[in-house]
Amino acid sequence: MSALIELKGVTKTYGSFTALSDVTMSLSDTNPSMTAIAGESGSGKTTLARILLGFINPSVGEVFYRGKDIAKMSSAEQRQFRREVQPVFQDPFEVFNPFYRIDHVLTTPVKRYRLADSEAKARSLIEDALKRVGLRPQDTLGRFPHELSGGQRQRVMVARAVLLRPRMIVADEPVSMVDASLRATILDELRTLNRELGISIIYITHDLTTAFQICDNILVLYRGAIAEAGAVERVIGAPRHPYSQLLVSSIPLPDLDRAWGNEEIPVSEANSSRPNAGCRFAPRCPHVMDQCWQSAPPKYMPDSQRLASCFLYRDSPIAPDEDVSAVFRLPGVAPVVVGG
Amino acid sequence: MTDKDKPILVVEGLHVHYDTGKGPAKAVNDVSFSLKPGERLGLIGESGSGKTTMATALMRLTRAPGRIAGGKVMLDGRDILAMSPRELRETRLRDIALIPQGAMSSLNPVMKLDEQMIDAILAHKPRMKRAELDARVAELLRSVGLDPSVAKRFPHELSGGMKQRAAMAIATSLAPKVIVADEPTSALDVVVQRQVMQTLGRLQDGLGAAVVLIGHDMGLIAQFADVVGVMYAGKLVEIGPVRQMIENPKHPYTKLLVESLPGIEVKQALTGIPGLPPPLVDLPPGCSFNPRCPFAFERCRTETPLLQDVAPGQRASCHLYPEHQSLPPLPVTARAQHHEARP
Repeated sequence: MSALIELKGVTKTYGSFTALSDVTMSLSDTNPSMTAIAGESGSGKTTLARILLGFINPSVGEVFYRGKDIAKMSSAEQRQFRREVQPVFQDPFEVFNPFYRIDHVLTTPVKRYRLADSEAKARSLIEDALKRVGLRPQDTLGRFPHELSGGQRQRVMVARAVLLRPRMIVADEPVSMVDASLRATILDELRTLNRELGISIIYITHDLTTAFQICDNILVLYRGAIAEAGAVERVIGAPRHPYSQLLVSSIPLPDLDRAWGNEEIPVSEANSSRPNAGCRFAPRCPHVMDQCWQSAPPKYMPDSQRLASCFLYRDSPIAPDEDVSAVFRLPGVAPVVVGG
Repeated sequence: MTDKDKPILVVEGLHVHYDTGKGPAKAVNDVSFSLKPGERLGLIGESGSGKTTMATALMRLTRAPGRIAGGKVMLDGRDILAMSPRELRETRLRDIALIPQGAMSSLNPVMKLDEQMIDAILAHKPRMKRAELDARVAELLRSVGLDPSVAKRFPHELSGGMKQRAAMAIATSLAPKVIVADEPTSALDVVVQRQVMQTLGRLQDGLGAAVVLIGHDMGLIAQFADVVGVMYAGKLVEIGPVRQMIENPKHPYTKLLVESLPGIEVKQALTGIPGLPPPLVDLPPGCSFNPRCPFAFERCRTETPLLQDVAPGQRASCHLYPEHQSLPPLPVTARAQHHEARP
């Protein structure tokens, strides 16, 4: 199989704290997909993003980009990796230097990677990239960051990434600071980039509704470990892991027939830090059993397009492959039936 | 005692301006509404719609370059905007309390939680004894679902959700009649957000207080509020009971806001609202929403619509009414543009 990026047994620890625990996953090079990584603060989603971007190295395990270990790349290979894997950050306000015009963030990568041999060529590349994300070059270039709205600035950052013709974009909460009415269009543009330019997209978020709308697959992390993974229709449409169930039921939907209800969910932030040898979710889990305290659950496969690390599914087969992407749906393949 | 059906909070013709070199920016422009004891009003709007300006004006906390340019905020029959400084000091927290945006950073980082809580209580009840104060702090922490031992911690020792709860404990320490909550959960995860909102709801039920919840997430507002008010460019453009507002919005902006929220049932094309809100110093003539409105016609570009009754308990400022019973279907051409025209 040809993988664009592949994580093998990746663990990241900071002192005694485990931010990410034993993640093995890969993304197809031939079928560019959109993968959501979801979980609460401290679940390890940003750590995973930073590892995918090569910003930090795993404490244990390896990361391969198109077959090459990124820790052992030559400088030319590293340069190519840096061009082909692009980040889009959460805060559209702080990534800009307020003293430079918008043009600066676009001309710098053009020069750095010598994408154009003339001013005119550079200009047309930049204009194309801006148009790609729905911005009018004449209204954008020459302006200062404070003259653009948050949504427009975030689009400029996406345009900057697109300019480099990346194979992968890692977007860490790209719309959480953008107004609801503008979120939809930015996410729609990410999906267009995926479908039209074949860019694989990792969408890091705690917003499961948008993950459901734009992504093919999702990885739900809880305290650094994978709780559930698979096609979004399965994991969000009919979650199996009690943590994913809690996440999905907490989405504030503008649908009065799907109210949160009054059942109080225990405040668990204070008391769930107690380490235990078993499942990390056990202290908060409404279905906790004796077994859960003793050992960590393996990845069971309740159905062919998802896996759940939970003993509730101990009668299901254990995933044969360490790589969670084995249950991922490739785009272009017929979608699964919700709840099937 | 307050009468159950008599409004506890009446806002009349409130105007808040920010003075700029280009003239006043009308961040709150002639807003009126009222709230009964125990009622939950959700005020929703995009950034720059005047939501937070509204929240601070209700507390009379507006600071320069902002100024309250007119109107009344009647709290239980007394106008907050006309109070003497002393009266105002006594009224804040005791009768009307604010849970500020990013309440987590509103806590003093070098004071333990109980000291901050006691500080607030002592400002109003200077003769309260230490033992009584400690008991009150413990009771308040329990009421927001925190362990009383948290009292001896500093803010940095608490998680975001815990800090938000602590801010709620301070805001409710004197059992106010009105609680103004400005995006109280904007930086929290969905699960914590739900817990915090449920705690706020429970506190409010216990106190019989009215709540003004300010936010930009229609989903969250729908889960919490009884009445929803929609703000656009400083104006209240529609207000009504939550179910009607979600299921049968009358103002085109409300309709588009509701539609821009994706669900988790079917995958659909994501639709935003084309265009951007107008700059507050330079509002378009007529209806402020007309440049983005798929239904806009000639009258909308010349005459400013006023709030009018459009259904029982529901008012909207839109020239489509009273000619129409409800919103006509979106013009097909507008639909197409809706996807193409991006700001």
